[in-house]
Amino acid sequence: MPTLATDFSDVTRSEASLRRFLHGLPGVDQVGAEARAAMLGTRSIKTTAKAQALDLAIRMVDLTTLEGADTHGKVRALASKAQRPDPADPTCPQVAAVCVYPDMVATAKETLGASGVHVAAVATAFPSGRAALDVKLADTRDAVEAGADEIDMVIDRGAFLSGRYLQVFEEIVAVREACAKPDGGSAHLKVIFETGELQTYDNVRRASWLAMMAGGHFIKTSTGKVQPAATLPVTMVMLEAVRDFREATGHMVGVKPAGGIRTSKDAIKYLVVVNEVAGADWLVPEWFRFGASTLLNELLMQRTKLTTGRYSGPDYFTLD
Amino acid sequence: MAARIDVRKTYKLYVGGAFPRSESGYSYPVEDAKGTFVANAALASRKDARDAVVAARKAFGGWSGRTAYNRAQVLYRVAEVLEDRRPQFVVAVQQSEGLSASRAGAVVDAAVDRLVWYAGWADKLTQVVGGANPVAGPFFNLSTPEPTGVVAVLAPQESSLLGLVSVLAPVVVTGNSAVVVSSFRRPLPAVNLAEVLATSDVPGGVVNLLTGDAATIGPWLAAHMDVNAIDLGGVRGLEPAEAGDALATDLEVAAADNLKRVRRAPAAEPDFTATPGLDTMTDFVEIKTVWHPMGV
Repeated sequence: MPTLATDFSDVTRSEASLRRFLHGLPGVDQVGAEARAAMLGTRSIKTTAKAQALDLAIRMVDLTTLEGADTHGKVRALASKAQRPDPADPTCPQVAAVCVYPDMVATAKETLGASGVHVAAVATAFPSGRAALDVKLADTRDAVEAGADEIDMVIDRGAFLSGRYLQVFEEIVAVREACAKPDGGSAHLKVIFETGELQTYDNVRRASWLAMMAGGHFIKTSTGKVQPAATLPVTMVMLEAVRDFREATGHMVGVKPAGGIRTSKDAIKYLVVVNEVAGADWLVPEWFRFGASTLLNELLMQRTKLTTGRYSGPDYFTLD
Repeated sequence: MAARIDVRKTYKLYVGGAFPRSESGYSYPVEDAKGTFVANAALASRKDARDAVVAARKAFGGWSGRTAYNRAQVLYRVAEVLEDRRPQFVVAVQQSEGLSASRAGAVVDAAVDRLVWYAGWADKLTQVVGGANPVAGPFFNLSTPEPTGVVAVLAPQESSLLGLVSVLAPVVVTGNSAVVVSSFRRPLPAVNLAEVLATSDVPGGVVNLLTGDAATIGPWLAAHMDVNAIDLGGVRGLEPAEAGDALATDLEVAAADNLKRVRRAPAAEPDFTATPGLDTMTDFVEIKTVWHPMGV
């Protein structure tokens, strides 16, 4: 990796310098990355280690509902589930956050209260990101004012793919400023790349550095609205980026794969990759999240299987 | 001319309409009635059973939602394909059960006839066991049988084809989906039947056939919270014989956890050549009764 000063003002001074920096990042060996991710996915995690992994994965879930048909009632139900995922088992931990559209933030916040479960809101014309900057910023401010603890923004993939990196950079910086709260704090900013639209791993690595330099607290793979969504190799490339960024600057950035992670086996594979690529420091809900809706029930079923010794079924858990 | 080299077969399971190997990676040698090696069969593990239940649950909605008439057609189609493959099944039954060619042929014919018989019941059972009930009030009161759900079937150990068809057909004809554990020592007719099911019109996942030991897979199916009923017939004939009673009791206890319907293990394996009664079907249906006000 190139040696970096913590201050990136030299890099982000102009379109040309930013492009030079991003294109100067080492390329990703596609075959090697996929082979390594597949190899890490073969690790066998059993018994007590599996029980710990399942509980950790539950604590890392951003329980998500992003449908046009969402209602206040559904968000309230989801928020209740976030606090007590398995009502039959008080030892089951609560999830990290619920993730909703900005107009549902107040409802979610009301139900969650001081439970410690965060409210994340998708903003900036999610999921396409096709709106004027003013609209995106207003969207963000709305969500923050309604009480969102975390903002999930989408980057302008059109600008990124046409090489207008500085525009993307400045947008992220502007959204980050819009995350400021009146009390002096700030909502955490997650930057969604929509890796399914970025075409190459090189682009994923460039987008990761761009978002980290712009001050994103988290980098997130996908909106969940585009296929392919999160994959193991893409997440691995992003984990390498956050690891290198910490080495270069001392700053930690979190990672959130979202979309397409449905089974507890998949979730455990991601945890293995986190541990092997970024390190154990990232194995906490503050630095790694799963964006998911159906995954939680799968984790709960596996958890029940481990505690009771018999296979459970979907009838015994709430829908969504 | 050089002697031809044997084609040594290792069969696979039938789960969700596909033929996967056992998740465990194990297979076991299958011998014919004289003790000669015939082929390897996949040794299903508890995780194969779990996958089969998931596949059966997924298929249940579509299968139970079909018209009874259509299910009859599908079952009849299975009989047709089975009839077309008669020579293959005669050999499999001969090898498995040690019968003469003519006796084995009679067994295969009986299995085909049994499928046709149950296919005919698909759109008639409702009339026979359901009905309009006279009630003391201004209501239409109607009872209809509905499928129980995912049914685990421990197939008979001795009668490897006719017995298998006789316990499987009544389960699926009413709209249930099935997870079947075949005869442990005589799995080849079940393996061949899987190939018949895959090439007839049965949707994937409606029937899942596992070859392996009912004594090891049975407890996981009996305790599985997403299985709605279990047929314990295959417990009889497992070795050692005296372990069968204890196993049957254990499975019944495990099945009580989510109030599964249980068909108890018989004292001895029944004679499957006899014409079955309706209880083979009614054991795995739920009677739903609706009250509808008159004159509204």
